[in-house]
Amino acid sequence: MSAVIHEDHHHDEPPRGFKRWLYSTNHKDIGTMYLIFALVMLFVGGAMAMLIRAELFLPGLQIVNPDLYNNLVTDHALVMIFGMVMPAAAGMANWMIPMMIGAPDMALPRMNNMSFWLLPAAAILLLASLFVQFIPGTGVPVNTGWTIYPPLSVQVGLGMDLLIFSVHLLGISSIMASINIVTTILNMRAPGMTMMKMPLFCWAWFFTGLLLIIVMPVLAGGVTMLLFDRHFGTSFFDAAGGGDPVLFQHLFWFFGHPEVYVLLLPSIGVLGLVIPTFSRKPLFGYKPLVYFMGFLFALGLVVWAHHQYTIGMSLGVTTYFMIGTILISIPIGLMIFNFIFTMWRGSITFETPMLFAIAIILMFSFAGVTGVMLAVVPADLQYHDTYFVVAHFHYALIPGAVFGLYAGVFYWLPKWTGHMYDEKLGKIFFWWTTLSFNLTFFPQHFSGLAGMPRRIVDYNIQYVEFNQISSIGAFAFGLSHLLFLYIIIKTVKGGEKAADKPWEGAQIGTPGLEWTLPSPPPFHSFTTPPKIQ
Amino acid sequence: MNEIPTQHPQEKNRVSARWLFLLVIGMFGFGFAMVPLYNLLCSVTGLNGSTTGRIQEEQALTRRVDFSRTITVEFDATNNADLPWEFHPMVKKVDVHPGEIMEVSYFAKNNSNRAIIAQAIPGITPWQATEHFNKTECFCFAKQKLEPGESKEMPLRFVIDPDLPEGFTTITLSYTFMDTDRTKLKKVNALPELHSSLSVLPQSYSN
Repeated sequence: MSAVIHEDHHHDEPPRGFKRWLYSTNHKDIGTMYLIFALVMLFVGGAMAMLIRAELFLPGLQIVNPDLYNNLVTDHALVMIFGMVMPAAAGMANWMIPMMIGAPDMALPRMNNMSFWLLPAAAILLLASLFVQFIPGTGVPVNTGWTIYPPLSVQVGLGMDLLIFSVHLLGISSIMASINIVTTILNMRAPGMTMMKMPLFCWAWFFTGLLLIIVMPVLAGGVTMLLFDRHFGTSFFDAAGGGDPVLFQHLFWFFGHPEVYVLLLPSIGVLGLVIPTFSRKPLFGYKPLVYFMGFLFALGLVVWAHHQYTIGMSLGVTTYFMIGTILISIPIGLMIFNFIFTMWRGSITFETPMLFAIAIILMFSFAGVTGVMLAVVPADLQYHDTYFVVAHFHYALIPGAVFGLYAGVFYWLPKWTGHMYDEKLGKIFFWWTTLSFNLTFFPQHFSGLAGMPRRIVDYNIQYVEFNQISSIGAFAFGLSHLLFLYIIIKTVKGGEKAADKPWEGAQIGTPGLEWTLPSPPPFHSFTTPPKIQ
Repeated sequence: MNEIPTQHPQEKNRVSARWLFLLVIGMFGFGFAMVPLYNLLCSVTGLNGSTTGRIQEEQALTRRVDFSRTITVEFDATNNADLPWEFHPMVKKVDVHPGEIMEVSYFAKNNSNRAIIAQAIPGITPWQATEHFNKTECFCFAKQKLEPGESKEMPLRFVIDPDLPEGFTTITLSYTFMDTDRTKLKKVNALPELHSSLSVLPQSYSN
């Protein structure tokens, strides 16, 4: 009985001042903090990319020295993956999953607070690992690339230790967030909200969370061994002491390959909501999509060594990893076709989220095609560590992950803020960012096929034209994000009042609980479980 | 209000979270379990070309010699991370028949003013030949210690298994000598020369 009385004492007003954020256990506030953190890191990682592209505008060395360049390449990847995409996806999960399944909050609200507040600490450590090189006596910068392969990573300076601790914190943060999300999905669904009625976004995050829980600890173990090799005289990865540097590659990619699906799946989940909404048709083949996400989850865990074809594995092992990798195109292809069939004969309108969704289907398929090329061993031996790989994974991750998140931002901004965003500016942003993205990365396929290696500050003059096109595209791509920021700030500050259900087709084919709440939703929602039709 | 969450869902959450947390611990352990598992796998399959390929002398003598084939064995020597040793094979390459026992030697001299214990790490190219390349005696079977200025010729006796698949005509045997005292590597300024030479580059380019 006392619990019931306590419920009644809840105020609908959030607490005031910094305590609202620092002590927050509210899924909406924590979601907001995740999203703001991701937005900040988008600009940090983007600034690094701008420096990289500025340096590569001309061959030779102009702006940064080679070690600093390689450190920027390292941190660009880590900031974008761990600082931007994963927190943004976690922010959307925090905001939307409890509202979608009719839960009052996340299952473990205090842990939710901790998993967010570890992130700023991790970000500070990560940036410290970049700037510590300017203090004399701290050794060589982290010039290893984000894969931090030994033996080089054993030999570089203090920056690597800071980076290892940062990876530890990022890992703990995302593991806790994942435990929270999986537990929420399993236990907090309103009566009648069966697993197979959940919006696809919840399923996508369910598998993402499981993947993170499985692979993050392995990376944590790997970098811990690295730390031991650096400071405590162990020889996990040191051949002189009986270790093997290739072991680290296996540990890293056992994490690293599923990580691709960690980045990708939440965006697939967003597409699974955006496309039916703007096609005004229920999602085509919901159940197969869920099963094939599960298939992708399982397959993604056992194909990691296709990143390491050149290390000298036996023919049998290489063949296994090649076939496994090519098989991945089956669940991915099914997802793509399901989205196309959802649009088929729908009454489509082209609001900004839908534009992004269609662009993702096109450009991500392109990454899939280059991915199959890279999966084939003889071809990969040629393409390995060239700009072709850089082009491939940027086509996979920017449309596959980042644009999916942008689609989600535009789709849910009215719900989050209570205001409609400026549709005209949204469309300008879409065209600007999509065209400049392609201008940046499409030429890199050609420079890569012509043999330009990755992670090299200087290059042969035969690649000048491709690199200049790429750099100009990159500057335009970077600049487009100022418009993105402006649109978000403008929408938060005001604008046309958003209806509870701002998109006409939002509830088609799903219970659509999140749309039954006002925009913006009250601080506490679904304190009594809703009725599911 | 009877439907208001009571103790029950919280208990369910706790159980789920506990199971997931156990999975995290298990996977962390799995990462470390990979170390012995991986070494086991490599020594069984010769995956990295890093097996020492040690066999007993008597075993080698009982092999038939296949005079119809000739394999060129090339020898290579590398020092890891500024090891101050002079290290090279006495002959660059030899031609052998599969099954024939061959003895060559490597030369090593300590050019520094301190005693150094080093370990040679073998590697065989192409890796498919690894399991067919057998040694009865090798300086890589044990750590080698050289006093300041000391030099020695180190024998290597090997025999190529006649079961070596057709098509392999050249095998390269490569040794990398690594200082077993790794503390110098981990100093913060581990790569002073490389680092300074690279940071000089910008000036020379801008001229």
